Amino acid sequence: MNNIRTNRLKDQAFKFWGIACTFLGLILLTIFIGSILIDGLQRIDWDFITSLPSRKAERAGIYTALMGSVWILVFTTIIALPLGIAAAIYLEEYAKESRLSSLLEINISNLAGVPSIIYGLLGLEVFVRIMEMGASVLAGSFTLALLILPIVIVATRESLKAVPKSIRDASFALGASKWQTVSQQLLPASFGGILTGVILALSRAVGETAPLIVIGALAYVPFAPESPMDEFSVLPIQIFNWISRPKHGFEVNAAAAIIVLLLITFILNGIAVYFRNRWQSKLK
Amino acid sequence: MKENKDILDKTLKRKHKLQAKDVKVFYDDFMAIKGIDMNIRANKITAFIGPSGCGKSTFLRLFNRMNDYVDGFRMEGEILIDGENIYKKKVNVEQLRKQVGMVFQKPNPFPKSIYENVAYGLKIQGIKDKAFLKDKVEESLKQVGLWNEVKEDINKSALALSGGQQQRLCIARTLAVEPSIILMDEPTSALDPISTAKIEELIYQLKEKYTIVIVTHNMQQAGRISDYTAFFYMGELIEYDKSKKLFTNPEKQQTENYITGRFG
Ligand SMILES: Nc1ncnc2c1ncn2[C@@H]1O[C@H](COP(=O)(O)OP(=O)(O)OP(=O)(O)O)[C@@H](O)[C@H]1O
Ligand SMILES: [Mg+2]
Repeated sequence: MNNIRTNRLKDQAFKFWGIACTFLGLILLTIFIGSILIDGLQRIDWDFITSLPSRKAERAGIYTALMGSVWILVFTTIIALPLGIAAAIYLEEYAKESRLSSLLEINISNLAGVPSIIYGLLGLEVFVRIMEMGASVLAGSFTLALLILPIVIVATRESLKAVPKSIRDASFALGASKWQTVSQQLLPASFGGILTGVILALSRAVGETAPLIVIGALAYVPFAPESPMDEFSVLPIQIFNWISRPKHGFEVNAAAAIIVLLLITFILNGIAVYFRNRWQSKLK
Repeated sequence: MKENKDILDKTLKRKHKLQAKDVKVFYDDFMAIKGIDMNIRANKITAFIGPSGCGKSTFLRLFNRMNDYVDGFRMEGEILIDGENIYKKKVNVEQLRKQVGMVFQKPNPFPKSIYENVAYGLKIQGIKDKAFLKDKVEESLKQVGLWNEVKEDINKSALALSGGQQQRLCIARTLAVEPSIILMDEPTSALDPISTAKIEELIYQLKEKYTIVIVTHNMQQAGRISDYTAFFYMGELIEYDKSKKLFTNPEKQQTENYITGRFG
């Protein structure tokens, strides 16, 4: 008797605790976004997005940084996607259980936890110096691609793992080769999951600052990049730069740029959710 | 004389579509099949029965080499199809599986349309001719008696079908690649009695054109549809005979105990 009562009490207590935690998180987020909106929203207009950087806060825009972010995003995707998915397919479908493959596995999981600035140092040495790419879009993209590679690999492997074994059995039993099974059954069936993972990884890449600063991305670039070998800046660096200036006008600019950055992240996440849902309903 | 012997050999081979010669299977150190010799006849239905874990699935999956990917799997002995050892190095496993189809315990349609499910086995062979594919899909679905039920929904997801329909779709998908042998591992154990009856009927019709091996836990089923029955126990083939004989008058005590439900 007593037992049931204490259990119910514990149940209730936990429920309230859970609700409280959720609300705390939501409230903090609302305050954060609210204050940024209040500061920055007035500053956002077409001019702000299409103007080049300037020493005058009222005339400065985010055009070069925004374009830099877009270039970085595109090239990071081009580099990380095929590498990550291919590696995941190899590890999940082809590699035999061995010391080497489990060593690889452990290391990939560990890589996901390495601080991003370390990737910056690696990028600086390998891409900027040894491969002589300079502080270019390409060097930045390679660096960020390395950074998100473990995330892409893990996400892809999880999605492949989630495809039931019975699908593989069915495909093999009909005389399909391994590659046919991977390309025509497993990848389509896990597409939603892979895409979600990739997009989440990319939205992390958009927000990265430290590794790009380390490889030498600039806070002030007069023009948007026109080729992968050009110098670049990205939104987070622009924001960082503006915030560190004393004049109030730049703080407003920073808030406005944060709104744009958040918007990009939300859109990316939105796309991920959209594709996941579409894929799930297609499977039914 | 020599010629005669060759002809005799050939007809024997033809009668014995599948042969196992002193086959042993290991999963790591565990011996799952302990030296089985067996000849399976062409255009007959052969049922494998025996208690859970006795090695029926393991043995069945030797004939289309589906155990190859299993970790720790190792085989000794020979498996012959039409007299050819299918575990020889130069054998093309994909080609082999086109000849030896398989139907699984749980219906496992691809998460694609009904059409794509049936056409898949042909498409992976590089067949692109739309008209041919369409005809073949229709023909295969008719063979399993599914055509009239699904002809309007051919482009809809196969996952929307009932369990019994899904299993018939899986059989149609197997037939589309024109195998000569069909392996079935408890194909009706996940189905309701009506679907089961339909599939039994279907299997019975198929034996005209195909050699069928079916694993089942259902004695009535084995008795109803199979020509021959093999009783396995602990990785050994205990008794193998015409089904009529095996179910009415088994030679071995173990067989009798099993079919009368005294164990397993
Ligand atoms: N992948 C595997 N790894 C290790 N042992 C296995 C594996 N598959 C099967 N076995 C073992 O081999 C033996 C035979 O298994 P199998 O699946 O062939 O039995 P079965 O007769 O089909 O049983 P059931 O009627 O339950 O399907 C069992 O003891 C099982 O534990
Ligand atoms: Mg089995």
